[in-house]
Amino acid sequence: MSEKAENFWAGVRAEIPLLIGVFPFGLIYGALALNAGLSKLASQMMSSIVFAGSAQFITAQLVREATPGFVIVLTIAVVNLRHMLYSASLAPYLASLSTRWKILLSYLLTDEAYAPTILRYEKEGLQPFSHWFWLGAGTVLWITWQASTAFGIFLGAAIPDSWSLDFALPLTFIAMVVPVLKNRPAIAAALAAGAVALAAHSLPYGLGLILAALVGIIVGSFLEGRQPSKGAM
Amino acid sequence: MNIWLVMLLGGLITFGMRFSLIYLFGRFHIPDAMRRALHYVPPAVLSALIFPAIFLPDNELDFSFGNHYLLAGAIAIIVAWFSRNTLLTIVAGMLALFVLQLLR
Repeated sequence: MSEKAENFWAGVRAEIPLLIGVFPFGLIYGALALNAGLSKLASQMMSSIVFAGSAQFITAQLVREATPGFVIVLTIAVVNLRHMLYSASLAPYLASLSTRWKILLSYLLTDEAYAPTILRYEKEGLQPFSHWFWLGAGTVLWITWQASTAFGIFLGAAIPDSWSLDFALPLTFIAMVVPVLKNRPAIAAALAAGAVALAAHSLPYGLGLILAALVGIIVGSFLEGRQPSKGAM
Repeated sequence: MNIWLVMLLGGLITFGMRFSLIYLFGRFHIPDAMRRALHYVPPAVLSALIFPAIFLPDNELDFSFGNHYLLAGAIAIIVAWFSRNTLLTIVAGMLALFVLQLLR
C-alpha cells in the first residue's frame, strides 16, 4: 500500500469510534429538520452546505420559530466561531500544501475530524503524507453525516404529523449543554443567557437570542477572568 | 430571507472560519480574550434556546408545576447529567411530556 493510502485508511480507522455517536445524531437531525418545516431537499442539503451538527440543529429550531434569516445567519456564525480555533491549531501542518488542498481540508474541518487529526499530528509530527490522514477521517465522517441525514429524513417522513415533535429540539439542546456545564463560569453563562432570553423574548426579529448569547458569553468570560489563574497554584 | 440563501450564507461563513487561519497561517493570532470567550458560546447559545422552550410554553412565563414542558425539561436535564447520552435524553423528555399530558 502506498504511503498516501496508508495515511488515508489510518484516518478512516481513527474516525470509526466517533461515527458511533455521529450516526444517531445525524438521524435525529434529519427527522427534526423535516418536522421543523424544512423541505426534504433543504434538510439534506444543509448537511453538505453547512456541514456542522450543532449549527444545523439550531437552524432547524429557528426555522420552526420563523426567526428572520439574518438572525439565523448571525447565530450560525457565532456557534461556528470555534472552528477558527481548530483552523489555527492545524494551520502549521498545512503550510506547505497547495490552496486546493487547504480548501478541501478546511471544508472537512469539523469537531469530529479535528479530534483524531490533531491527536495524530501531535504524536507523529509533520509527515510527507499526513494530510491524507485528515482527508480519510473527514471523508468517512462526511459520508456518514450525509447518509444518516438521509435516513433521518426517511424516518421523519414516516412519523405522523399528530406526533408533536416540537419539544425534541430543545431536548437535544439539553443533551448538548449539560456536558459543557463543567465549572462555575459555564453555569453562570448558561443561567445569564437563559434569563436574558426570557426577559427579551418579545424583542423583534428574534434579537433576544443574540442579546442573550452575548450576555452569557460576557458573564462567563468575566467570571473566568476573576478566578485565580491556574499558573498561580 | 429565503432558506436557501440562509444556508448558503451560513455555509460560506462556516467554511470561511474553517479556512481563515489555515490561509492566514503566521499572519494572525487569535487574541486571548476571544479564545476565552469561545468557551462560553455553547452554554450561552444553547441555554438561550432551551429557557424559552421550557419556561414560555404558550408565550407566557410559567414557573408552576402545571407547566409540563418545565417538568419534562427538568427530567431530561437529570437524565442528561447521569447518562451523557443524547438519544436517551430525548426519549426520556418526550416520554415524560407524553405521560404528563395524559395525566392532565
